[in-house]
Amino acid sequence: MQSKPYINPYLAGALLGVVLFSAFALTHSGLGASGAISRIQVAATAGVAQSHVDRVGYFAAVGGGDRHALDHSSVMMLVGTFAGGLLSAWRNRRLKVEVCKGPQISNTTRLALALVGGVLMGFGARFARGCTSGQALSGGAVLSAGSWVFMFAVFGGAYLVAWFVRKLWN
Amino acid sequence: MFPLDMAAHGKSINYATFFAIGFGFGTVLELAGFGNARKLAAQFYLKDMTVLKTMFTGILTACLLIFFTASIGYLDFSKIFVNQTYLWPGLIGGLVMGVGFVIGGYCPGTSVVSAASFKLDGIVFFIGTILGAGVFGETVDQFSGFWNASYTERLLLSDWFGWSLGATVVGVTLLALTFFYAAEKTEQYFRTPDAPFSWKIGNRVYVASAGVALAVALGIWLNGQPTPEQKWQHIGVQYQSLLDKREVFVHPLEYVKTWNDSAVKLVTLDLRPKAEFDAFHLDSAQRVTFDQLADKDFVFELDQLPPQGVVVLVTNDEAEAVRAWQRLKVQGVTNLYILEHGLRDWEPLFSHVASLHFDLAKPPAKVLEQFPKDAYTIKIKLKTSRRAAGLCS
Repeated sequence: MQSKPYINPYLAGALLGVVLFSAFALTHSGLGASGAISRIQVAATAGVAQSHVDRVGYFAAVGGGDRHALDHSSVMMLVGTFAGGLLSAWRNRRLKVEVCKGPQISNTTRLALALVGGVLMGFGARFARGCTSGQALSGGAVLSAGSWVFMFAVFGGAYLVAWFVRKLWN
Repeated sequence: MFPLDMAAHGKSINYATFFAIGFGFGTVLELAGFGNARKLAAQFYLKDMTVLKTMFTGILTACLLIFFTASIGYLDFSKIFVNQTYLWPGLIGGLVMGVGFVIGGYCPGTSVVSAASFKLDGIVFFIGTILGAGVFGETVDQFSGFWNASYTERLLLSDWFGWSLGATVVGVTLLALTFFYAAEKTEQYFRTPDAPFSWKIGNRVYVASAGVALAVALGIWLNGQPTPEQKWQHIGVQYQSLLDKREVFVHPLEYVKTWNDSAVKLVTLDLRPKAEFDAFHLDSAQRVTFDQLADKDFVFELDQLPPQGVVVLVTNDEAEAVRAWQRLKVQGVTNLYILEHGLRDWEPLFSHVASLHFDLAKPPAKVLEQFPKDAYTIKIKLKTSRRAAGLCS
């Protein structure tokens, strides 16, 4: 079965804008993913060593003492994002176990770099207090000055190194 | 009147709302192809500008919807969470994320969608983001000074440029349309380098949509954002009960208590005429005119107050105090109160403790010991979070 083509990028953007506006109209704030990721990390740490979560201030704020890190609206949004992605991929016949990579690298290289990129992203998103969704999209739409600076920094950082890692993707 | 407060309808409804919004988000990302790292990374090799097109269309659409509804009074923008500006940490964090993006192929949100469609690299990337968040938490104490620096609570592009909100919306629209045009031409060049170059955009739907976006932006600019008084007409009803039940009128003794509380940052605005102010005023007070309360720069400062900031209005004319309260309330000033009866009760109230020999302009905390504990009802309740916090913090 052939998977269906992706929809027009502007149409996708308009739909994304409507979702983002709904988020503001119904919850005061926009979209986000990295806050929930941080909470998953704290919950995982708490599963191994609650005392460590209580001791490190940054973790204790979301999962210290009686607080359960996953009991938060942002985690619900992440679960929803997963569910929406899953359903859409299934409906459009794109559910497939595979590795997305450029033709010149092996699966192992790709997975190792995905991990490295993920760590950088996870770290950077905490450093910048938000990810592409929480800062760039949401902050961008409400004209937050910091979010616009952030957005151009993300594109800038990516274009700066893109040439050096072109073998990964081309 | 938006934004609605879903949290007031109970936890399950609130969580269901967040789930539904997330569901829409995940669906759109998947439909756009953002679950596939090849599609995302292609952005940085200029062959496929989907990321830029979809992101900026999303931002522009939401931006126009937000400021259009605010402009016609259906949305209270002062209640909308605006990401705080931490200039340098945002810039550095953004650069690190850009590098992570091109190496790893995703950003946090898109990796969730990728993982949901069984892409192994998406799953591994997602695990990486969890580890990265952990590394940050473990190390943030080493650089917390920098991480908390260059901070402004609510800095909009319009504040930064000194433009009106409407003009800024038009500016953002023009920027986005310029990006779209450049994206189309770049793709055209890289896909068919040998074809003769044309400046035209052939797709009529695109041209028409761009026209609509620009027209809406200009409409927002021309219509302007509602004045505080217009906003009160639209949204005042939700605050009226606070005034009717006198929940924002603070007894002088509570004022003295708050003033002597080092954990509270107290701002006292005295609206009385200059002559009265010069004759006597509270030591902590600054004199303001009613007109100043609509001044953008003045209100900007009040909006930057920390969660433990309290603003108290002082005037002997209660009708004026209420108008001033309404004016500031709709502009997003939180923890806003009125000194009950202004300064008319002030001197008589403290006359029987005059033997303590203190300055009437700044009664010390020990004065409070001379009054019974039930002399007044506590009205000041600090809201711990100014607005619904962002999802990333």
